[in-house]
Amino acid sequence: MAPARAREASAAGPLVATRRKRRYTLLTRHDKIIIALMVGVPLTLDLLLIWGPTLASVALSFTNWQNIGPITGKNFVGFKNYQFLFTGYTLFWPAFLHNLIWLAWLTLIATPLGMFFAVLLDREMRGARIYQSVFFLPVVLSLVVVGFIWDLQFAPTDGFINNVLGTSHSANVIDWLGNPRINLFSLLIATSWRHIGYIMILYLAGLKSVDPSLREAARVDGATEVQTFFRVVLPVMAPINVIIVVVTAIEALRAFDIAFIINQGKNGLELLSILIYNNSISEASLVGFGSAIAVILLLISLVPIVAFLSRVMRTLA
Amino acid sequence: MGDSRDAKRVRNRLALRDSALNLDLDLTRRDVLKIAGYGSLAAFIAACGGSTTTNTGITATGGKMSLGSYNTDPGSKAGTQAIVDAFTAANGGTKVTVNTVDHGTFQNQISSYLQGTPEDAFTWFSGHRMRFFASKGLATPINDVWDAVKSNYTAGFAASVKGDDGNVYAIPTDYYPWAIFYRKDVWAAHGYSIPADWDAFKALCQKMKGDGLIPIAFADKDGWPAQGTFDILNLRLNGYDFHTQLLTGKQKWTDPRVAAVYKKWSEITQYYSPAFAGLTWEQGADQLLRKQAGMYLLGLFVSDEFKASGSQADLDQLDFFPFPNLGTQYDAEKALDAPIDVYMLTKKSPTLSADMGQAKAFMEFVSKGSTQVTYWKSAPGSIPTASDADTSQYPALTKKAVQIVSAAQRITQYFDRDSRPDFSGPNGMQGFLLKFLANPSGDTTSLQGQMQAFWDSLPPE
Repeated sequence: MAPARAREASAAGPLVATRRKRRYTLLTRHDKIIIALMVGVPLTLDLLLIWGPTLASVALSFTNWQNIGPITGKNFVGFKNYQFLFTGYTLFWPAFLHNLIWLAWLTLIATPLGMFFAVLLDREMRGARIYQSVFFLPVVLSLVVVGFIWDLQFAPTDGFINNVLGTSHSANVIDWLGNPRINLFSLLIATSWRHIGYIMILYLAGLKSVDPSLREAARVDGATEVQTFFRVVLPVMAPINVIIVVVTAIEALRAFDIAFIINQGKNGLELLSILIYNNSISEASLVGFGSAIAVILLLISLVPIVAFLSRVMRTLA
Repeated sequence: MGDSRDAKRVRNRLALRDSALNLDLDLTRRDVLKIAGYGSLAAFIAACGGSTTTNTGITATGGKMSLGSYNTDPGSKAGTQAIVDAFTAANGGTKVTVNTVDHGTFQNQISSYLQGTPEDAFTWFSGHRMRFFASKGLATPINDVWDAVKSNYTAGFAASVKGDDGNVYAIPTDYYPWAIFYRKDVWAAHGYSIPADWDAFKALCQKMKGDGLIPIAFADKDGWPAQGTFDILNLRLNGYDFHTQLLTGKQKWTDPRVAAVYKKWSEITQYYSPAFAGLTWEQGADQLLRKQAGMYLLGLFVSDEFKASGSQADLDQLDFFPFPNLGTQYDAEKALDAPIDVYMLTKKSPTLSADMGQAKAFMEFVSKGSTQVTYWKSAPGSIPTASDADTSQYPALTKKAVQIVSAAQRITQYFDRDSRPDFSGPNGMQGFLLKFLANPSGDTTSLQGQMQAFWDSLPPE
């Protein structure tokens, strides 16, 4: 019995295959080569430049390698890095918390403010172009430059802010960058300065593409401005909203530049990305331990990325 | 094969030089004996300052070599170029390719750099940071060069270039002491005098506070300046041996002797600059420069900031004194931080075997006082290490710096050069010390526990 069934299967196999083949012969050999190249080259680059290093990081996170000499069996320490990370490393949870605060600030304050500015500018009031340029200007600066600018503004004795507030004297000086209770928020102000303009431009582009007849219809039906925005415009803008949310999440997770410029991310400015840098890329060279932090950050980052991709896939389908 | 041939060449060259300079060297040896009587290891510098040991015996070898340099400040970069040019002229036209990399980047990348395709020679620090890479087999020992030039160095410098295996790996070229800096005119105006001990120091701080000055300029945004205060307090309270053992993990951070350091420290934090955690060391120097602060514990490089102000009158007012005694047995050590900068040879340079003769000639060249003085002229914060350096051109400040180091029985390299970089870095001790300074009068037990836990978590070196 069994051999017979096998023979049947093998007989059916080629048949199905030929039938399938016939369905796709719309493509010439030339087309197939083009498609293979177009898919293959980016796929190879993706595997080589993104997934290769990612998997290497995961592997390194189980070692105590210090960037010297070959990695041998002795370097593998199992979950020791992770164990210390969660239980013994006093900077991990503060850094995690700072990233969360960063995310919360951007989500609840900076991003809504950017959206609000976009809505205002969309009303084509007088001087809208000027406001638009002013708010957008910081976006063309790299975050490193933004860090330098605000480093000078916040300097305790000779900074602009303390001198304007009259708090640059010994008795009442406000240490914007050195006081671990407030320096994170100083940084958030600096980062918002740029983030608001970024969100504003993205949202403004979305608003411009909303069909004006929808608003007219709403107005005819007697909806107020606020109602029109929340009941009509916002739902229509759903794809843009997702992008805004994802951009905000990514900005919060990749926060690095400003804190690093200010004080290399210590004394209340610890962030996950900075812990990775200070542990593995700096002279310290604790590559294994830094990789463990990087793996944690990767897992956290996957959440918004997967959310974004599944959304995009659904839109396409 | 190549190595032994090179060694022979260097030996021959040195033999030639030895015979040529017999008289001078004899003189130096007599000085050594004389100084040994005083028992001060670095008094040698001062005593030999005037002697005229000129190293002229190097056979010109022409050819080429390469140098990786972290000297990117305008002054030090010009100084490096000046000594490279002088070497080319003196060594039969040896072509030197200099690869200058930003100081911080060079430091961060050092591990990859030395394992990749580095230049033949490179600029680095002595202390733990030198010994670490030497023990990893990433530096070439230069015992033969050292044997030829060691008469030009004091015992303190000789000890600073030895690796864990006893081989010599570096040529020390310059150093700078850490001390308490002040402005002479401000002190004269208020009638202050140099405090001899801790109580006098604190009384002076109190007086300065009453006079409306910031008693001690302190600026720790960069994290490392606070380590200078930890060093000197630990050296004075617990001695050199305990300090070096603590920094290399042979003593525990939970030790009550460490707690005593923090307790002592907490007695002066009230006199620090307000908002010090947000100030850079340059801004701290500015407080001293602008007569807002009375004192500043920093390296001699604070003079660079005075020089940058463009006013020679300000620079002339700058003076310093050694950290006051704390009334312990270790006061007699007069220990202080005086970091030494060095030149080393790499191991993995693809051209080193071909260029070994030139590279070693270069190492010999930088060990000369005349070379180091050339560099010093561009970077006055770096004092030459060679005994035959011409000290007659030194301004009073530099002369005094030489003196204070000569008087020291023990010299340390600075916290982040004596300890592991992963431990001393921003997420290590820099952060811990800032945490301490945020609440100096509190109990430090848990903080000390965190320091020890962090040390224990580090993989073996």
